[in-house]
Amino acid sequence: MDLTLKIWRQKGPQDKGQMVEYKVTDISEHMSFLEMMDVLNEGLVAKGEVPVAFDHDCREGICGMCSLHINGEPHGPDRGITTCQLHMRMFKDGDTIYIEPWRAKAFPVIKDLIVDRMAFERIQQAGGYISVNTSGNTQDANAIPISKHNADLSMDAAACIGCGACVASCKNSSAMLFVSAKVSQFALLPQGQIEAADRVRNMVKQMDEEGFGNCTNTGACEVECPKGISLENIARMNREYLKASM
Amino acid sequence: MSVLSSSIARKVAMALSALFLIIFLIIHLAVNLTSLFSADAFNEASHFMGTNPLIQFAMQPVLIFGVVFHFVMGFVLELRNRGARNVKYAKFNGAASSTWASRNMIISGAVILAFIVLHFIDFWIPELNTKYVLGDMSGVLPGEEGYRYFEELQHKFANPLRVGAYVVAFVLLAIHLMHGFQSAFQSMGFNNKYTGFVKAFGKFYSIVIPLGFIIVALCHHFNH
Repeated sequence: MDLTLKIWRQKGPQDKGQMVEYKVTDISEHMSFLEMMDVLNEGLVAKGEVPVAFDHDCREGICGMCSLHINGEPHGPDRGITTCQLHMRMFKDGDTIYIEPWRAKAFPVIKDLIVDRMAFERIQQAGGYISVNTSGNTQDANAIPISKHNADLSMDAAACIGCGACVASCKNSSAMLFVSAKVSQFALLPQGQIEAADRVRNMVKQMDEEGFGNCTNTGACEVECPKGISLENIARMNREYLKASM
Repeated sequence: MSVLSSSIARKVAMALSALFLIIFLIIHLAVNLTSLFSADAFNEASHFMGTNPLIQFAMQPVLIFGVVFHFVMGFVLELRNRGARNVKYAKFNGAASSTWASRNMIISGAVILAFIVLHFIDFWIPELNTKYVLGDMSGVLPGEEGYRYFEELQHKFANPLRVGAYVVAFVLLAIHLMHGFQSAFQSMGFNNKYTGFVKAFGKFYSIVIPLGFIIVALCHHFNH
């Protein structure tokens, strides 16, 4: 298929940037979206132009690196997938595709389609951990009884790969779904109880300091999340926060 | 206000003021509905609400604070949230993942605010003027018999433009509540096996309550 691409090009963090139009031809419907981007870049390199910079790593939907805003949606029009799992069969011959970086003040553009997601790392460092003695006498995790229900919910929350699609899809650029997944995965387990109050307070404080917006419960994040993280996690984080504040 | 320095505290405060206003709407509609059945009942209820010291000097200030807080906070949050995305998308397909109502609470809210200004000019400010500036707490027009409230209500709804504005405002209120009702529960951390019921009841409330206000306005307009 032949496609028209409108891609955000920005030389560096200080550059103003603009949308630039490209044409790609003979794209197979079996290609992944990133393979289509590779074809585009090979063409650009052959012409002596600078290839389009975009984040990618595992290309199997588990690393959370790929981060393209495609035709107005993070990770494109399909559901429950990352950009690397998006196939070109989702598009038609002659389509025009808009490709943009995640847009949020807390995710500044580094180059072209690559954004700096260190804000998520700093939120994690503020409390997304548990204190475990790993000096050789670590307690066997299976020795601690955990209800199946909570273990499942915790596992669901832990599926978050921190890609930032929640922020990108939110009209408020809120990071609540990400932070709530990280808070929930520990809040649901006995190992997470000791630091529970400090964790939620510190992570929410860091989230606010990073400049993410306020959640207004539109639910867009849940729909666009490649890992199906539920809004129930945000409600749980709100409860945890209220509990910690009392 | 340091209490409202965190994003979660702000959303819980929005939710609490919203739930307070949701309860207020039921009381207001209950009084309005009496006007459809009996002018006397409406007059009695209006006079009680307008002169009872507990309602006038304890509940009314709380209500005004709730209304002002909800609006001011709504606008503050909107401005902050717009600032959180300094470069806009060339293409943003919000409809793919969320409802129009949820994305445009500021628009429905602004229309409701405009309506409240009209409502205050129509009813509340003249009422305060009569009672507290002119000092007439009788609820009776000079030289006439019986309470004035029903008479004033019918007079206000004679103008089709005003009735039209009321209908538009209440349609926007319905849209606002369609998202706001369940959202308030979610903000306070209520998301469990009863959420399906909350969502369904929220939809029911969002349609029935504004529709009630619209029916009262239309009935008085056409029966005058």
